[in-house]
Amino acid sequence: MFEQIEGSNAVAKCVALCRPEVICAYPISPQTHIVEGCGKLVKSGKLKNCEFINVESEFAALSVAIGSSATGARTYTATASQGLLFMAEAVYNASGLGLPIVMTIGNRAIGAPINIWNDHTDSMSMRDAGWLQLFAETNQEAADLHIQAFKLAEFLSMPVMVCMDGFILTHAYDRVDIPSQEKVDAYLPPFKPRQVLDPANPYSIGAMVGPEAFTEVRYLAHEKQQRALKIIPKIAKEFKSVFGRNSGGLIHNYKLDGAKTIVVTLGSVAGTVKDVVDRMRKKGKKIGVLSICSFRPFPKLEIRKALKNCKRIIVLEKSLAVGFGGVVANNVMMSMQGTGVHVHTVVAGLGGRPITQPSLKKMLQVAEKDELDDLTFLDLERKVVERELKRERVSQKSGPIAENILRDLAGLKEIKR
Amino acid sequence: MFQTRIHGRGGQGVVTAAELMSVAAFIEGRHAQAFPSFGSERTGAPVVSYCRINNKEIRTREPILEPDAIIIQDPTLFNSLDVFQGLKFDGYVLINSNKNFDELGIKDAIKKIPNKHACCVPATEIAIKHMGRPMPNAVLLGGFAAMSGLLAFKSVEKAIQSKFSGKIGDGNISAALAAFDIVKKTTVTKEKKGKK
Amino acid sequence: MTKLDSKQRVKFYQKGTFTVGNRLVNKKERSVQASMERSNAITSGHRACQGCGEALGARYALDTVMRITKGKAIACNATGCLEVFTTPYPETSWQLPWLHSLFGNTPAVATGIAAALKVKGKKDVRVIAQGGDGGTIDIGFGCLSGMFERNDDVLYICYDNEAYMNTGVQRSGATPPTARTATTMPVGDEPGNVFGTGKNMSLIAMAHNIPYVATASVSNLHDLEKKVEKAMTYRGARYIHIYVPCPLGWGHASDITIQLARLVVDCALFPLFEAEHGAVTSSTPIRKKVPVEEYLRPQRRFAHLFKKGAIDVERIAKIQKMADENIKRFDLLRKEEETTI
Repeated sequence: MFEQIEGSNAVAKCVALCRPEVICAYPISPQTHIVEGCGKLVKSGKLKNCEFINVESEFAALSVAIGSSATGARTYTATASQGLLFMAEAVYNASGLGLPIVMTIGNRAIGAPINIWNDHTDSMSMRDAGWLQLFAETNQEAADLHIQAFKLAEFLSMPVMVCMDGFILTHAYDRVDIPSQEKVDAYLPPFKPRQVLDPANPYSIGAMVGPEAFTEVRYLAHEKQQRALKIIPKIAKEFKSVFGRNSGGLIHNYKLDGAKTIVVTLGSVAGTVKDVVDRMRKKGKKIGVLSICSFRPFPKLEIRKALKNCKRIIVLEKSLAVGFGGVVANNVMMSMQGTGVHVHTVVAGLGGRPITQPSLKKMLQVAEKDELDDLTFLDLERKVVERELKRERVSQKSGPIAENILRDLAGLKEIKR
Repeated sequence: MFQTRIHGRGGQGVVTAAELMSVAAFIEGRHAQAFPSFGSERTGAPVVSYCRINNKEIRTREPILEPDAIIIQDPTLFNSLDVFQGLKFDGYVLINSNKNFDELGIKDAIKKIPNKHACCVPATEIAIKHMGRPMPNAVLLGGFAAMSGLLAFKSVEKAIQSKFSGKIGDGNISAALAAFDIVKKTTVTKEKKGKK
Repeated sequence: MTKLDSKQRVKFYQKGTFTVGNRLVNKKERSVQASMERSNAITSGHRACQGCGEALGARYALDTVMRITKGKAIACNATGCLEVFTTPYPETSWQLPWLHSLFGNTPAVATGIAAALKVKGKKDVRVIAQGGDGGTIDIGFGCLSGMFERNDDVLYICYDNEAYMNTGVQRSGATPPTARTATTMPVGDEPGNVFGTGKNMSLIAMAHNIPYVATASVSNLHDLEKKVEKAMTYRGARYIHIYVPCPLGWGHASDITIQLARLVVDCALFPLFEAEHGAVTSSTPIRKKVPVEEYLRPQRRFAHLFKKGAIDVERIAKIQKMADENIKRFDLLRKEEETTI
């Protein structure tokens, strides 16, 4: 049934429909409304047979999830940014143990400097930890992906991160179809664990593995994610047959036919890019956008197939590998090896800087003239940067960079007024 | 697509205002997207929220840079920021105030706006009268419906009911209706139902 | 493929030792360890050092749990000696379901296990969490406090050998003053571990007002088993702190583990007591008090206090003062009526 609902609330309702048995979470912006929503559903009795636990840190949250999942309970948690890092040890532990935990990441930048707004740095920091990572483009997809995530996680016995843009999706009211309990039950069977702590059949889980077997364990995790490349589309297809809409899958292609320039991106910004694509197509520009839904496993072949005939690829990403360049771009470049298609990196939206249609249009026009750099920081305030660099050249005691820049910008505001 | 930007201060229900607007549009079978400009909100700090209304799926997620309408819940904001920035030349302006434009000192800012598209309504006073609380958000929504013709009052009423029950809901609705009537008298509503 | 016995038979190698308790005693009074039917939750073949106190403590505690719960228990473990020596790849000595996750999260993992059991209606299956002093008092402190605060239905057992032994004997928040560890070397006039530091985890547990807190020593098997048994009759968060000597880390002979575990109690440096909801409910009086020196001397970690011709009288006196304070606090020298067996 369609509802005009906050993204977080839609996610909470869909998670509840999956009949989780244990929900544990520690609050952090921008995920707070999701766990509050889940808590309300448990307290009101709408979500039955579910233990809702308030924990004392994110590290505890994922650890509780590990214990719960290992005991055979369908388990859910959510975090973002600093919280994801605080539980980093447990993130690797959960995937290493092969526990099918589903966790929402309300994508948010990581400090310092402290920043509560959206970018993808947090999910990217854990991209190699062995979790499956799915990115939602809309709140509808975010809600749907959680339902798919439980099915995927339990089939593979591997944890899944569902990534949705903090504030932009979590705190936006949108028109979302919340499915019925019957349909979710038809799609998602009860959890059948591959391993479970059970006195009737005791075994030890989590023992040390030495050089003689560690590689094999890691290889099998990689192999599992390779298999996931086939499972994810299958699960999305089944989703469509039960719920009647396209959601999830590996990639979403939009107007790629005949496109000379293709923007590759993840998450909600794809929607903004689509509007730009439509406007530019009206003017005769051959532009398209590919949004990646499954970031891990990374769909190399599918991306290569979709992009190999275009002239240039622009990876528009909300992440930065400091000292290197683009995180997503790097993955895309590897997929395009040998095709001769040039890949540009455009880092945008860091720390929640809005990505506007005028800025995108300008950047694409530069790209069409073959004048786009390999690495671009969209809407970078050159003058501010130059002033800080000058301060550092002039004095060793130049002060903390962030505060300098803030003072600089505040001073500019004064002058403007 | 119709884009509205709402300005106010933390604690005045600015975020809820955008949500209610989106729910009203939803009730009419349209697509709507409402979101706040996020910040470490404290009571009293300037807050902005946005609402987009469209007849088909809304895909863009950027902030509203060129609003079709601006609702100002707190006129003291005129001294702090340029609330009119980007407003379309024939855009709508609804201000919560019992003063007129001259007294507010914004006569120049709204010079270019068509006569019937700018209006002041004493929403806080109306709210206190009908609800006992100085919460102007739903009240202004009623006024906005009258001024823009974008939403039927019935939809606004249903939206308020979906969020606030009992006496609070009733108070909000009667206050919104009062604002609707006042604004209707001061402006002429064009039948906007057909327009995107 | 060879079929393995799922449960190993208990083998008693020695007769008449105190490690299994007096088997001539009335059956009702016998320890769990005295029985051939004990679960042997940590079976033989583990790789603990000769004389390891923790191997004893864990086996004593878990066999008791297994008897009370009729074998329906799940254990989770912190990283540390116990985890390492019981699961040398590819073997395991655990005879009950067992999970090792990380170093600092064991109490939280236990919370998760307990929650899953609760939601599945498995009221009869109980949860034991275990860790060393490092994993409990330092790195696991936050999670432990959280578990206590929520009063989750978990019995947490800390095996305290007073340092990070698994990684090579480094100082922890449980290391006593003047102890030599790899990171508190008594060089020059340094005392080893300094005075005025350290956490008393049992008192901290009490401050959380949880249903049951107790201290125990591997020297007093009956007392330890009774306390574990009692803990299992409660629901909610429970904490038992077991003193376990470490021959390698402390530098003592491997055949005096039990003796040291008795001396620490008799010199009052480790008081045996129980507490419920923040108030002490019992303490075990010392029958024959010994000076702290008698306890410190056999351990090379305190050797610098007993340098030939230059005994560190001042520092030993300070340690004696700590012991005396325990005597006062827990009334350890009171005269109790003789109990008849």
